[in-house]
Amino acid sequence: MTERHSQPAATARDEAAPEIQFRNVSKRFGTLTAVDHLNLEIGKGELVALLGKTGCGKSTMFNMIAGLMEPTEGAVTVMGRVPFREFDWFRGKMAIVFQNDRLLPWRTAVRNVELGLEMLGISAGERRARALRWLETLGLKGHENDYPYALSGGMRQRVSIARAFATDAELLLCDEPFSALDEMTSARLRTEFARLVRDTGKTAVFITHSINEAFDIGDRIVVLKRPAEIAHDIQITPDTPDHERERIRAVIHHSLSA
Amino acid sequence: MTDVTPSAHPYANPVFGAARGFFWIAAPFVLIALAWQIASLFFPPFLFPSLIDVFARVFQILTTWSQFSSVLATALRILAGLAGAFSIGVILGLLIANFRVADRLLTPTLTFFQGIPALSWVVFAIIWFHGVEFRILFIMIMTTLPAFTFQVVGALRGMNKDLLEMVMSFRPTRPKYFTAMVLPAVLPEILTAWKVNLGNASRVVVVAELVGSSGGVGYELLQQQQLFDMAGALAWTLQLVFFVLLFQWILSLVERVAFRYRAISERS
Ligand SMILES: Nc1ncnc2c1ncn2[C@@H]1O[C@H](COP(=O)(O)OP(=O)(O)OP(=O)(O)O)[C@@H](O)[C@H]1O
Ligand SMILES: [Mg+2]
Repeated sequence: MTERHSQPAATARDEAAPEIQFRNVSKRFGTLTAVDHLNLEIGKGELVALLGKTGCGKSTMFNMIAGLMEPTEGAVTVMGRVPFREFDWFRGKMAIVFQNDRLLPWRTAVRNVELGLEMLGISAGERRARALRWLETLGLKGHENDYPYALSGGMRQRVSIARAFATDAELLLCDEPFSALDEMTSARLRTEFARLVRDTGKTAVFITHSINEAFDIGDRIVVLKRPAEIAHDIQITPDTPDHERERIRAVIHHSLSA
Repeated sequence: MTDVTPSAHPYANPVFGAARGFFWIAAPFVLIALAWQIASLFFPPFLFPSLIDVFARVFQILTTWSQFSSVLATALRILAGLAGAFSIGVILGLLIANFRVADRLLTPTLTFFQGIPALSWVVFAIIWFHGVEFRILFIMIMTTLPAFTFQVVGALRGMNKDLLEMVMSFRPTRPKYFTAMVLPAVLPEILTAWKVNLGNASRVVVVAELVGSSGGVGYELLQQQQLFDMAGALAWTLQLVFFVLLFQWILSLVERVAFRYRAISERS
């Protein structure tokens, strides 16, 4: 596992704490409960697939991890800190692929990818080079200077993946990153995503609706009820036998269709 | 005439397209001018002067420095007023959008100001202040400030929340957040606000110029009224209209460059 270089004088608290921790977290919107007394710990370097029915509060969990929303109850900590309150501390430490592409319409593809790098104060030349490299990786060569309106839905999603990954953050949050893509592209990107995360020792949580996708790339599959609390929390290793995988599949399937 | 050869769409020919575009720009004005000219045949010149006389006066104003400088003075007063109102409007707008107290205090105040007629501000300005230019500036700012402020607030509140959170997720510094997100997001509405307020300001400025300025379109209009010179009154009015059209056109050019990222529906 790689070390955390970017963290000066890491306190004991930082080292002891899991990368992401939900302690008895609830989130309510008025009378609607989106997340209900959720307890979850994700360790550094884990690659976690988050499965759950539509509207069960997965994006809401991401918003709380990202510090964009405050839990109504309980505490969310990331790297031992509270994302909502210590917001700026996380600059460059986490990157998010949102469920919808959220590209800035007034920026070209490459300028969209550069956005996060600008916030990190990286020089213009370096920024451009990195952005172009990521666009190429995602198969968008030739579209660098297109405005979002001229890109297809899948292309836009790939730009938004490039934008998140370009910052090289140690924590990746991906909300259905490969959903708007064709089977082939999606399979290729999944594999590459998993390889990237494992090779660099990043921590990654990705939301998916596909049990196959969860099995393909997850080390761990967390299945949520509605409102969000844990239904299943399953570790998958390369040596998990096939019959066991089939059984797990059936359990998850049952839980998602209930 | 268009349906005979469907492949040859009339707009496909640029010369034809441009001519057609020009025709439709000119058509309404030609119509008004024609109606006026016909009326001038039946009424005495102090009611409906011939357009030939009017255009002679327009030409005279444009070529005589002492008169043209009046037009420039009015144009500058409009622009100065708008610039002042905009600068203050941005500050007030930011306060209102960011602080509840500011919203509670300023919004009703500005709404109240919006109900005050331009002429009342003229009277207040004459009583309160001395310098002619300062009086005019004051009147221009007070009459356009509420609209500008509300438009800035509207633009700020109307920012796309998804995009805003996406940008926030990168933890930008305040200046970065402003240049990468706020500015480009509100620019379209700001330009529209300028266009709208330009129209208002050009109507207010002539009233403001009654505060005793010795030049400007408003002042000249007053002279024409005392002389019962309809051709002169029209010619001076047209100067103001020309200025507004010119400035609107410049703003449209800015829009075309600044908003080239916008998709254009083939249906629109
Ligand atoms: N800002 C908000 N205001 C009010 N209600 C919200 C808000 N955000 C989410 N909700 C509600 O919270 C619940 C969970 O929403 P969330 O977006 O987290 O679901 P999800 O698990 O991501 O669903 P999907 O798989 O369809 O994306 C939904 O019922 C939704 O209507
Ligand atoms: Mg969601």
